[in-house]
Amino acid sequence: MKVALVGLGSVGRGVAEMIAKKDLGLTITGIADSKSGLINNAGIDIASVLATKRKTGSCGTPGVMAADVVAKAEYDALIEVTPTNALSGEPATGYIRTALNRKKHVVTSNKGPVALYYKELRELARKNGVEFRYEATVAGAIPIMHVLEHGLAGNEILAIYGILNGTCNFILTRMADEGLTYEQALLEARELGYAEADPTYDVQGIDAAIKLVILANTIWGNAVKLEDVDRTGIDLLTADALRLADEQGCTIRLIAEAIPRKNLLRVSPRILEKNHPLVTQGTLNALTLEVDMAKEITLIGRGAGSVETASAIIGDLLFIRNCHVQRP
Amino acid sequence: MKLEMKDSPGQLVAALKPISDVGGNIIAVIHQREPDQDTKTLNVQIVLELPEGRLENLIAILKGQGVHIQRIDRERLLYRRTVIIIGHLMHTDLSDTVGRIDSTGFAEVSELSMSMPAVNERSSSRITIKALSKNDMESALEILRKVSDQKNLLMIEPLEEIA
Repeated sequence: MKVALVGLGSVGRGVAEMIAKKDLGLTITGIADSKSGLINNAGIDIASVLATKRKTGSCGTPGVMAADVVAKAEYDALIEVTPTNALSGEPATGYIRTALNRKKHVVTSNKGPVALYYKELRELARKNGVEFRYEATVAGAIPIMHVLEHGLAGNEILAIYGILNGTCNFILTRMADEGLTYEQALLEARELGYAEADPTYDVQGIDAAIKLVILANTIWGNAVKLEDVDRTGIDLLTADALRLADEQGCTIRLIAEAIPRKNLLRVSPRILEKNHPLVTQGTLNALTLEVDMAKEITLIGRGAGSVETASAIIGDLLFIRNCHVQRP
Repeated sequence: MKLEMKDSPGQLVAALKPISDVGGNIIAVIHQREPDQDTKTLNVQIVLELPEGRLENLIAILKGQGVHIQRIDRERLLYRRTVIIIGHLMHTDLSDTVGRIDSTGFAEVSELSMSMPAVNERSSSRITIKALSKNDMESALEILRKVSDQKNLLMIEPLEEIA
């Protein structure tokens, strides 16, 4: 199957490297970063592109842009992994629309377009008879969408809740384990590359809320938006609060929860017993599903990382190939 | 309560029925036969919730049916929930915050642990609430949520009983 890859940040590089390294039957015919692009319908030599990118900072020919790759390259599926813009969803949404209109499948890790334009993009994909898949947008490597769509097919999803932001989970783990203040733990998270220079998006629960919106829309199709989420972050937590929880065998975690029956969409710090299955350490993500037949299912795994996120994207690509595209 | 009754068909049901008749809620029935016990009586332990003031009535009905009540243990406030509240608790009148729960009649603050790092810094507190029933607990927490909101306090609730 031929794929085009737009975005060569950490996730894009991970995808390119795994496609080059593993014999997955995937050929990259178009590749682009924010400054340049490259099209070769016979197949691009990934190793040399990544080497060029490392040396020069751009991957292809100046003048060839990501939009050109999306619109002109020959491919079966577009891998859209440009940086997330949670407010506009651009330029990713434009690329996705173009590909879907060309009757190309789309796989993305980009939360912006899925959170903002889910209904429209889903409908556009359906109309064109192609897949629009976004496993990598929620909980990184955890195959939550596949579990919901296939493994738990036929179940009614009653509730979904868990830890969807690794940065917050890391900060809370360090505050609980070492008695650090919020500021100290945040500093440590930054030094380790888990937190951005501006951590607002993570620590105020916005990232977790966006993922919750994506999950809710996927499961219940109720067209909820970020503003519908009742949201409290972790930035006002104190070391004393974690100690007070600890004295009772508990700890605090940032929990995202969606319970349609109660009309509840919420991200908030919560008290959990330390032996609760959702109390994961460090940057791990965890999700519990409550469904009518299978009852409770909890999934734990890495919520971020270059190769971890590539795993989710490749899972989507191979699903598309197996369902829609002839094997080579 | 621990009951002793005749071990004949229908007795257990007869003893349980008055509980719902007086508006009570049975939480557990423990009924064990001693293997070497050759008696004609049955010992049963029942855990139940009962609205205030109905116990005397229930006792009278059970006695009337020939059921012997061996023991009654009472816990007036059955439900416990612990929350953590962060903010300027003293500046926002902590005793008023506690009082709003205590004055309900159906819930009370049973434990309070607090740390106050320095003047003008936000303090943290752990508050355990006891309430008569699950609904009363939810009402008490709702009061606390409103108070926290008004006083700009951050209230952290436990995660439990979702579906």
